[in-house]
Amino acid sequence: MSAVLFDVPGPRARIRHRLYAVIGAAAVVGVIGFVVYRFWVTGQFSAEKWSWPQYEYVQLQLLSALGNTLRAFAFGAVFALLFGAIFAAGQLSDHKIIRVPSMLVVELFRAVPLVVLIFMFHYGLSLGAPVYSVVVALTLYNGSVLAEVFRAGVLSLPRGQSEAAYAVGMRKTQVMRLVLLPQAVRAMLPAIISQLVVLLKDSALGFLITYEELLNEAQRIGRSFEFGRPLVPVTIVVAAIYIAMCLLLTWLATYLEKRNRRDKKVIELEKKPAEDVVAAAV
Amino acid sequence: MDVLLDNLDLYGPGFLNTVELFLISAVGSLVLGTILAMLRVAPVPVLRATGAAYVTLIRNTPLTLVFFFFTFAFPLLEIVTPASFGSAAAYYRNAALAALILYTAAFVCEVVRSGINTVPVGQAEASRALGLTFGQMLASVVLPQAGRAVVPPMVSTMIALLKNTTIAAGFSVFQAGSISLNLSDRGENQLIGLLWVALFFVVLVTPLTLLQRSLEKRWSIAR
Repeated sequence: MSAVLFDVPGPRARIRHRLYAVIGAAAVVGVIGFVVYRFWVTGQFSAEKWSWPQYEYVQLQLLSALGNTLRAFAFGAVFALLFGAIFAAGQLSDHKIIRVPSMLVVELFRAVPLVVLIFMFHYGLSLGAPVYSVVVALTLYNGSVLAEVFRAGVLSLPRGQSEAAYAVGMRKTQVMRLVLLPQAVRAMLPAIISQLVVLLKDSALGFLITYEELLNEAQRIGRSFEFGRPLVPVTIVVAAIYIAMCLLLTWLATYLEKRNRRDKKVIELEKKPAEDVVAAAV
Repeated sequence: MDVLLDNLDLYGPGFLNTVELFLISAVGSLVLGTILAMLRVAPVPVLRATGAAYVTLIRNTPLTLVFFFFTFAFPLLEIVTPASFGSAAAYYRNAALAALILYTAAFVCEVVRSGINTVPVGQAEASRALGLTFGQMLASVVLPQAGRAVVPPMVSTMIALLKNTTIAAGFSVFQAGSISLNLSDRGENQLIGLLWVALFFVVLVTPLTLLQRSLEKRWSIAR
């Protein structure tokens, strides 16, 4: 694992490593202990502050907020994938009149912060209910990133694939639709899913325009005096929900990748362009 | 044009604040991220686990939630109180910086770590066989090669950080993202105001993107 930097430790190094382990463990325990101590002192463990999950109406509100988050995510994901496929094809077009505008659109929406996009649709264009602005902005931004991912995937395929397809007499659209895109999608699956994780996390930006999603609900519960303003407990619970959802998606990505590796139909790319994109998905 | 010229007193300080937030949190997250990457490749399991746990937790949390925590929930723990910063605005600013640094560091860590992992094991083994010390090996064999794999995605991470500073608009920190909210108080057209903000971001981000592309092209070597 860390074989690049460190040799197999000898007896002296092993003692030193044990010392590091003790110091490291002590530091971690210290930090966690300090946090728990602060929680204790400020009464974050009190029964009152954790009483809110017992009430049915709070549970229902939290569920409906979760539903709203998932709704924004689902619509955003589907539209972003469509947008990405269309603009990837546009960027790869032979016609300059299609290629250049597609590239400009993709570059533009990648450069503008998502917050500014959301504000633009919500306050600038007054799209109505916040959910529309959130979904449209998520689609445009993530769709543009996905377009780049698809394009990189198509370009990383061996040239023989399209040459063979042309040789059997396929047309340009057929080559793209039947040969290149399906293989590119498979090769780029990890990158695509990690972008979907980004999309799921970014749906929390709906909070800024009072979309009634998880974070918004967290604020509402957290501010209620009825439960002793449980902002800290609510933040922890909502963070756990987000982390669980994102980890599930990531787990799906690794599962699909493993299955892909067993599948002989997938082309082994020499250089995986996916990795750079995955690492850069912030 | 009028929207921009009439409100230069918003746009100027707004973008200045954005750049300032960006620069401070860039330095902070690069330092913290490198330390985390060191933990993640350390030969001690406890340190590796700590780094991995941090990265997994933070990477899967929305940045908005991290902002939310530091702005609203953190003061309740009374470790530092807003009063100790003098003003609420100063506290919010530091909360935003903390959120940006802690969040981005997780991504910086992953970029650095995957960069180190691209260096073939044989390179380090060969340098050890030559009798180089650990420091010499890092300085003249591993890091120069890892740098090629690290810098392009790092630029992407920094671009994302620059754009992420706008989230502070929802948490009472005045910067580029909150210009439009102030414009509406003045009764200006928000759409035009936002288009200007978007344009400035394109101007800020495009050189970075071009830099990243050219580095990627120049440094992509066949190993």
